[in-house]
Amino acid sequence: MRKRLSAMAGLAGGLGLSSQAFAQEIRNPAAEWEHLWHEVITDITIIGVIMAIAAVIMLVKYRATSPDQVGTAKKLTTVQSISFALIPASIFMADDFYLAANGWTVWNAYRRVPENAMEVKVTAYQWYFEFEFPDGTVTDGSEGDDGKAQVLNVPVGQPVVFRMTSEDVIHSFGLPYYRVKEDVMPGRITYIWINPVKEQSEGILQCAEFCGTNHSQMSNPIHAVPRAEFDAWLAKIAAEG
Amino acid sequence: MSTPTTTAGHAATPAWKEWILTTDHKRIGILYLVGSMAAFGVAGLMALIIRAEQMQLGMQIVSSGDQYNSFLYFHGAAMILAFLIPGLTGFAANYFLPLMIGARDVAFPRINAFSVWLFYFAIILALLSFVVPDAPDIMWTGYPPYSITTSANTSMYVFTVHMLGFSSILGAVNFLVTVIYMRAPGMGWNQLNMFVWTTIAAFVLQLVFIPVLAAAVTLLLFDKYLGTHFYDPSAGGDVLLYQNLFWFYSHPAVYVIFLPAVGILFDIIATMSKNRVFNYKAAVYVGIWGTVAISGIVWIHHLYISGMPDWIRLGHMVTTLLISVPVGILTLSMWGTLYKGAITYNTAMMYAASCLYLILLGGLTGIPLAIPSMTLHLSETSYVHAHFHFIMALFSAFALFGGIYYWFPKMTGRYADGGLATLSFWLNFIGVNVTFWPLFIIGKEGMPRRYWDYAMFKDVKVMGYSFEDFHMIATIGAFTIALGMLLQTINFIYSAFAGKPAPTNPWNSKSLEWTHTVSPPGPGNFGDTDVVVDENWSPYEYNKG
Repeated sequence: MRKRLSAMAGLAGGLGLSSQAFAQEIRNPAAEWEHLWHEVITDITIIGVIMAIAAVIMLVKYRATSPDQVGTAKKLTTVQSISFALIPASIFMADDFYLAANGWTVWNAYRRVPENAMEVKVTAYQWYFEFEFPDGTVTDGSEGDDGKAQVLNVPVGQPVVFRMTSEDVIHSFGLPYYRVKEDVMPGRITYIWINPVKEQSEGILQCAEFCGTNHSQMSNPIHAVPRAEFDAWLAKIAAEG
Repeated sequence: MSTPTTTAGHAATPAWKEWILTTDHKRIGILYLVGSMAAFGVAGLMALIIRAEQMQLGMQIVSSGDQYNSFLYFHGAAMILAFLIPGLTGFAANYFLPLMIGARDVAFPRINAFSVWLFYFAIILALLSFVVPDAPDIMWTGYPPYSITTSANTSMYVFTVHMLGFSSILGAVNFLVTVIYMRAPGMGWNQLNMFVWTTIAAFVLQLVFIPVLAAAVTLLLFDKYLGTHFYDPSAGGDVLLYQNLFWFYSHPAVYVIFLPAVGILFDIIATMSKNRVFNYKAAVYVGIWGTVAISGIVWIHHLYISGMPDWIRLGHMVTTLLISVPVGILTLSMWGTLYKGAITYNTAMMYAASCLYLILLGGLTGIPLAIPSMTLHLSETSYVHAHFHFIMALFSAFALFGGIYYWFPKMTGRYADGGLATLSFWLNFIGVNVTFWPLFIIGKEGMPRRYWDYAMFKDVKVMGYSFEDFHMIATIGAFTIALGMLLQTINFIYSAFAGKPAPTNPWNSKSLEWTHTVSPPGPGNFGDTDVVVDENWSPYEYNKG
């Protein structure tokens, strides 16, 4: 049974259908982003290389040998003209729709938040982010006494959804490690979610929408740590707060 | 350029007064060229400061983050609004469009003169931002609420946009009337130069979309100085309204720049390959007008990370990807124009050939950015920064420089080609690659735009190198371009007065500006007889003996 299901899933994926039937499965948007990136880069590299080679060949081959020489290309007939518009247009469109379908599939991974996600409320200010965890613990990401930006931790193995708003101007909550960002605005609530599947200590949170003087300082490290470590970290902040 | 030919008949008036009071489209074109090149120089200097600051971690060149931000503001606003748009639709369209269609001037010469002086007032106002203590720091996009709550002077930005917008609308009306009513007798729509078609398209876009930008920035002015709340959500306004209005104009504005650049490119390539434009009708009606038609329904791709509803983000993904159809048709026509040509190489053709590379690189790197799920990461990184520099800034600027070399003998009676031209071309071409390739690479790893420092990335390595190393390379590239541009400017000024004299039609072109006028053309352009063309005439008809 399981074998058959996975075969069906493969078939659905192969046909480019979105896997709505398997919504319970927790996806990894960052990994899917990377996969799509390689696909798109391959696609545009092939087009680019073919066109570049054609240009170079023609630029070299059709050099004039005397100043009075003129081009010898014939004018297109009506049928040729229309074909040279319709056929390339169809090829471009086919590629566009193929990319759009794949982009849409990954988009669904980004926008459908898993049910078991931990919700962190984010409020942005000029120039720091403030975080509120489900247990009510609040911490702001501004610099501590040591002059270092506070490290933000998330637990490995649990999806985290950030629900975000701003108290002043537009900021953007950017997590390049998790290949995602979304603007944070006054009067609106936006969200992103991440799936920290493995431990890491190189993640960066950065403001990605121009917000004034200290825009390029509005940043915190964001680490994924084991559950126990995360709980201890949260308890420590709660005690300090 | 005050040669006896152009001053004939006006001998009693001093030269400076003749230039200030001129209504001649060619002189107005030159005024646009001088103004836009001046803006290019100052905005280019800002770019050097920006690159020098980013070269190393920490603050070395600028004195504060605010100062860096105001330089960034000036660089973006001036390059787009005061260099690219006036350079292409001001200079090139003014000087050459009437010549190409066989007209003696534009339809409304005095309005044309008013347009160019509005443009100069706008540049002066923009330059004043360097002497006021509260220089605008809102980027060329001017997003509220920041542009409203900042202590900097947003009104200078708004009034600059007003003046340039007014100037462009007047220009648009003027040139559309000129093309519709003042073509040489016998000249049908399918006999127009590609540059004429692309310019009409650009002016149609200006006419339709500029009022939207003017409204958007005017509301910004009201919000900041009169206490209204159009963009203030706490009082019932909408924080995203501005971004929607702004990009509803500013995406089409990309084509206001891109299309005339494509037109110049077609004219250079067809002339230098002595060849017809491949699939002319498809290029015009599908390529140019398809781009115009689609330009007004793709602006959300600038708002992919702005929390817009999912359905509109996905809808605009499809429309944005479909831009590849008209632009692809234009690209195929360019390639096809080379096919079985007889190509002569000179500086103009070298710039044109480099544009073929720039349109591929810049255009194709836009495809990931058309897909919202890709853009969730790539938006606001230096990947975007490199992409739009290649496709909009560099492609269009290189086409414009190619156009200047191409038309230099027409404007001055002298060639601008030579060793200095070739050297500066290679410095520019190598420079842009060295500058912007590293930004693609670190952009994909998250290097943000509009940062004067990136200390948070100091431990991140890409291919074994730090972000700082990539910025170092980019900065070396920027200074290479600066050297190239400096040499090129010296070459233009030297060649205008002491360059090698050129015959009237040095490239053996079939286009009217070369076949029917002296160089430079005098008042009234065509001497005593009006230009008349027959139905078989075409500016690209070389293969007819």
